Amino acid sequence: MNEVIDVIEKEHMRLDLPEVNVGNNVRVYTKIFEGDKERIQMFEGVVIRKRGGNTRATFTVRKVSYGVGIEKTFPLHSPLIEKIEIVGKSKVRRSKLYYLRDLKGKAAKLKEKRD
Amino acid sequence: MGIGLLGKKLGMTQVFDEDGSVVPVTVIQAGPCYVIQKKTEKTDGYNAIQFGFDEVKKVKNVNKPLTGHFKKANITPLKFIKEFRVTEEELESTEIGAQISVDLFKPGEYVDVTGTSKGKGFAGVVKRHGFKGSPASRGTHEYFRHGGSIGQNMTPGRTMKGKKMPGHMGHERVTVQNLKVVEVRGDTNILMVKGAIPGPTNGYVIIKKAVKKPV
Repeated sequence: MNEVIDVIEKEHMRLDLPEVNVGNNVRVYTKIFEGDKERIQMFEGVVIRKRGGNTRATFTVRKVSYGVGIEKTFPLHSPLIEKIEIVGKSKVRRSKLYYLRDLKGKAAKLKEKRD
Repeated sequence: MGIGLLGKKLGMTQVFDEDGSVVPVTVIQAGPCYVIQKKTEKTDGYNAIQFGFDEVKKVKNVNKPLTGHFKKANITPLKFIKEFRVTEEELESTEIGAQISVDLFKPGEYVDVTGTSKGKGFAGVVKRHGFKGSPASRGTHEYFRHGGSIGQNMTPGRTMKGKKMPGHMGHERVTVQNLKVVEVRGDTNILMVKGAIPGPTNGYVIIKKAVKKPV
């Protein structure tokens, strides 16, 4: 990549957020604007994908709500992300956990990682 | 009318705007541009300013006529040379050898960007003109991406002019209009516009004020 573009991208990166890894259980707090009102919404789930470099990076969080799987993709460096909390870490052997989509209940549980 | 900038496409990326939404931007190295020559109605028949951009690395490879041309303006030889038609007042306010900065454009303004599109070689009608081709099944035999009939019978007895057919695609002058200027960096002469512009990375482009967006 061009060096100038690299510099521009680095300027927009957020370094205050914790490192998010695939298999982590996270709580993502995002700012939501409704008219002129602003509120914060929380989304909790497991990170199943990380992609892209620099400012283009995104990550996808999956949760199962009332038996329906929901996935939400966030730009990792978005200014709309208020904070990210890492609740737990899991042992994973894939970089993309797409296989979780086919599993239900106990089978979809990941093994906890102890540091 | 009015001067513009010469530049080089560096590539695309994305930035976040103040609402937090993602804006796709093209980064252009737009300058430093130098004034090489001023053409006047009296001597050349029209008013124009000749701009140059991108310094030549091996000065010894520049031919003699061009070396003399640059010497007149007292600047080092440049690779990309273009003229902009201007009014008399604009002609008087610029000096030969002067450097035109990227500050000509402000964030929020609209520009037109002209470049040479990427060459696609000899392309068929599906790629070149968006024809649908033929069905993939139901008896189609060796006729998947053809253009079909190209005319009628004895009357008119010829193919109509301008019939869309296969041929060379790309590598032509293309202008993209009304691109919003997202950011201007005067110190490094970097211009960022929203959206894509024609040509490959490191391709030369001409940036002008938008014709169809009067400010």
